Amino acid sequence: MPMKPLSRRGFLHGSAAAVGAASLGSLPFQAQADGHGLTVGFIYVGPKDDFGYNQAHAEGAAAVAMMDGVTVVEEENVAETVDVQNSMESMINFDGASLLFPTSFGYFDPHILEVAPNHPDVRFQHAAGLWSADMHPMNVGSYFGYIGMGQYLNGITAGHATTSKKLGFVAAIPIPQVLLNINSFLLGARQVDPEITCQVIFTGSWSNAVREAEATNALADAGCDVITCHVDGPKVVIETAAGRGSYVCGYHADQTSLAPDLYLTGAEWNWANVYTGMVQTALDGGTIPNFVRGGLTDEFIKMSPLGPAVSDASRAQFEATKAEIMAGGFAAIRGPLMSNTGTQILGAGEALVETDIALESMDYLVEGVIGSTS
Amino acid sequence: MTDQSVSQGSLASARVALLAPVARRAEAVVLPIAALLAGFLVFSLFLLIQGKSPTDFFYLVYRAGFGTAFSWQNTLSRTAPLLFAALCVALPARLGLVVIGGEGAIVLGGVATGALGAAMLGSSGIVALPLMALAGAVVGAAWIGAVGAMRYFRGVNETIASLLMAYIAISIMNHLVEGPLRDPSNPNKPSTLSLTDELRIGDIPGWDVHWGLAAGLICCVLTWVLIERTTWGFAARITGGNIRAAQVQGLPVGWLILGFTALGGAFAGLAGFFEVTAVHGSANSSLAAGFGYTGILIAFLARHNALAIIPVAILLAGFEASSGLIQRRMDLPDATMLVLQGFVFIAILLSDTFYGRFKAFAPERWSTSP
Repeated sequence: MPMKPLSRRGFLHGSAAAVGAASLGSLPFQAQADGHGLTVGFIYVGPKDDFGYNQAHAEGAAAVAMMDGVTVVEEENVAETVDVQNSMESMINFDGASLLFPTSFGYFDPHILEVAPNHPDVRFQHAAGLWSADMHPMNVGSYFGYIGMGQYLNGITAGHATTSKKLGFVAAIPIPQVLLNINSFLLGARQVDPEITCQVIFTGSWSNAVREAEATNALADAGCDVITCHVDGPKVVIETAAGRGSYVCGYHADQTSLAPDLYLTGAEWNWANVYTGMVQTALDGGTIPNFVRGGLTDEFIKMSPLGPAVSDASRAQFEATKAEIMAGGFAAIRGPLMSNTGTQILGAGEALVETDIALESMDYLVEGVIGSTS
Repeated sequence: MTDQSVSQGSLASARVALLAPVARRAEAVVLPIAALLAGFLVFSLFLLIQGKSPTDFFYLVYRAGFGTAFSWQNTLSRTAPLLFAALCVALPARLGLVVIGGEGAIVLGGVATGALGAAMLGSSGIVALPLMALAGAVVGAAWIGAVGAMRYFRGVNETIASLLMAYIAISIMNHLVEGPLRDPSNPNKPSTLSLTDELRIGDIPGWDVHWGLAAGLICCVLTWVLIERTTWGFAARITGGNIRAAQVQGLPVGWLILGFTALGGAFAGLAGFFEVTAVHGSANSSLAAGFGYTGILIAFLARHNALAIIPVAILLAGFEASSGLIQRRMDLPDATMLVLQGFVFIAILLSDTFYGRFKAFAPERWSTSP
């Protein structure tokens, strides 16, 4: 996307903000009074306790809040509109925040790109990685994890648990990250039994409890006996699927408590590790790299503890594959591989390792996935 | 407005003649403000039950919404779509129609703007922007106008129809931005093609607030003139008072319903236009941000008076602007502001039952006073 060389918000605004900030300096309730501590702001698109995307980030924020010399300020349910621009400005103006984590994917363009040039001293860290040096300001950074590997491991436990050989996947929107998760889940299961298929239903939005429940029930009706998902808040999917007696694999955060008996494992973010690392870099006066990626080895992602329904054979294969991934250079997407529309994706001997940037523009579902990207 | 029955001569009746018009007007100001305060009071009790300080709360609302230059900028930048959304409720309401689906017109107006903008990427803003605004307004007008048409021709309940149509509109938007109108270079967030700078609306000079605010204010004033100072508005008010009487009088009730719903929809469509051209730079699912629903509360608080919409919209935008600081400083959840809005809305609805109950506001009953 083209980036404007100059923000249309002129320096007149900058001076207005400076006046505002100066008049705030005398306020008794200003969080950063001594000027030595670091104030870090977290902004979430949904509730902090959604058992999902936002909770994963909020757990990271909670870990940061435990650090010495750091004040954490948080806002939840902030829409991807001018709202988030104002929330960022408000955290900078009222709280003196100098490191911001606006965590929702849709906050990046245009909102972070709009605000960041006005505050060159503030660092904006955004999850999911769209930053590129030639288009975006240097005080903006992207980070993300190879969570597809987590879905691959989910798939292995699912492959062992299923008896119908049909898995179900409730997905939000057919974008590359989501497609990679669906494909990885099925390919993991096919390591156990190559006959397994996975039916996917797209709900069309990141958060739509009604559609998610309908999709889960439809999958259960279709005979899917292990169900996972990629939506912002997996709570509805997990509870509905467990209510239907299906096994479940989690996503984003640990959902064991929602279905203690049927929860196999889950692909979780480990933002606590990532965020404390980044904040420590900022405290030490260092520079956080603009483009950061990591997987299981780097502790960017982690797996939920295996549930009681996981068999010994399943556990053994899970641990073996996990060790393989931890060793580095693992490829879930490897040839020969066909898409579910019959086109060849990779020939024999070809592979896309977890770090391959080509995975971030995935636009296909692999053979064995029942569903369509459009 | 002066009372014909007041006799000349005595000092008392002269005072009555002077005060009577003020008293009649005062009712429409005093009762909503009293309701607002009552809502605040109940909300304060709610806060006390939660163990939080109401004074802290209202002080923070003041600081973050109105207390500094930044606060005003924050508040006003949220006001523009609310003004348009409230007009979409207020206009049909003057005819007695409760239209609550403005969200649908906002969303589709935005999509029309984004689609036309994407088709005119090479052209100059002077040519393209008015056309994009027109596209947004026309689509919005058609959407809410259809609600009016269903009401007039088929007797379909406009409240339910408009609400359900808002969900349809959001689905249509999702279909279009994920399908035919999708920008193929942006795989991660389905959107229409990004608008060039030439096709974007900038800020009011010296402010960090886009031109949509000025446009919204002008539309409020024009709507007030239309309703209060034209024969069309007069006919609409008669229709809103008693539709049968209006029909007996030969007023063009059908045209009024179609015209007012379409005009309200056009305003909502303009909200979508400004969201796309001034905020997002493309049409995408962020358009469904709930402005249409906040607009309902604003219009009711303003008693569907287009001028009163302005301060009420600014007040509610200030509430929303302060929501973040409330979360951060008082450790209250984001839903706190919704609770406050809920209390205020109930108080406003209750206050409707008090109109005509107070003698102070009814000069014709003053003669019997001691």
